[in-house]
Amino acid sequence: MTSSTNDDLLHIGDAFLESRLFIGTGKYGDDAVIPAVAQASGAQVITVALRRVDIGNPKDGMLSHIPKNMRLLPNTSGARTADEAARIARLARAAGCGDWIKIEVISDNRHLLPDGYETAKATETLAKEGFVVLPYMNPDLYVARDLVNAGAAAVMPLGAPIGTNRGLRTREMIGILIEEIPLPIIVDAGIGRPSHACEAMEMGAAACLVNTAIAVSGHPARMAAAFGDAVRAGRAAYLARTAPVLEGHAAASSPLTGFLGECHE
Amino acid sequence: MEIYLNGKTTAVTPECSLFGLITELGLNPDTVIAELNRDIVPSSQFETTILKPGDALELLHLVGGG
Repeated sequence: MTSSTNDDLLHIGDAFLESRLFIGTGKYGDDAVIPAVAQASGAQVITVALRRVDIGNPKDGMLSHIPKNMRLLPNTSGARTADEAARIARLARAAGCGDWIKIEVISDNRHLLPDGYETAKATETLAKEGFVVLPYMNPDLYVARDLVNAGAAAVMPLGAPIGTNRGLRTREMIGILIEEIPLPIIVDAGIGRPSHACEAMEMGAAACLVNTAIAVSGHPARMAAAFGDAVRAGRAAYLARTAPVLEGHAAASSPLTGFLGECHE
Repeated sequence: MEIYLNGKTTAVTPECSLFGLITELGLNPDTVIAELNRDIVPSSQFETTILKPGDALELLHLVGGG
């Protein structure tokens, strides 16, 4: 199923995106499934990483598996400082990846949580150099404001630590960013199931980035389609404005009059 | 002569071009990203870039990532 209307586009940098699902290319058992995953997901944006070539064991890079019409979003994974992130971003652009960059600055190897200060510095440097900067971040309001001031094109808060599939553990904080930050909020990391992505979209997230949950699922192409459906459903629900929650008592859906057996004397 | 290739001391043919080294290593010059002494080398300059002893060369490529 693809969206039949294109009046709800996601504007980031120079792009107007119809799909609000971004996908990744890491952790696939066989990279040859990536074209089928990309097609099933409907995604228009796909992440890649930059690494040293293994000199003793040269393999063709990831590019051969990525459909040509997709927009590449290289990440700066491996960077521990803003300077390292900027170096990776410039290499990726020189390699023909385009101007989009996902900033990822991490020095904690156990929890893989992003360093807000270094991320903001890298964002500022690269935005000034004309990059469309999408920083991965812990959903903290002050860090998010720093990223806005630094010139980010969107902010990408984590739902849970990378690769954990635990869902929206940071739900409350992401809700605050959606309310307060005048940039697209793209939930990245921790989304393990389509229902998690759907929930993020219902809350008003602009998009979701999903890698592990698709790549290590039993059937990546089917799971990619499920995530595509979930993101569309969540977005549609957000636009339709979900009904209010009622606490403390029930409210019947059916009329409370005209029951059979009622006596009117 | 020796250069530092991806962090390791590596013997290469004297006056070897970057293009020559990349192809000799069995790599695809269309997908390899090169950084020589911290400067990005565009692929259009691979053939005219001649390596010198002690050069620090990084050869990279795109891999899967999230």
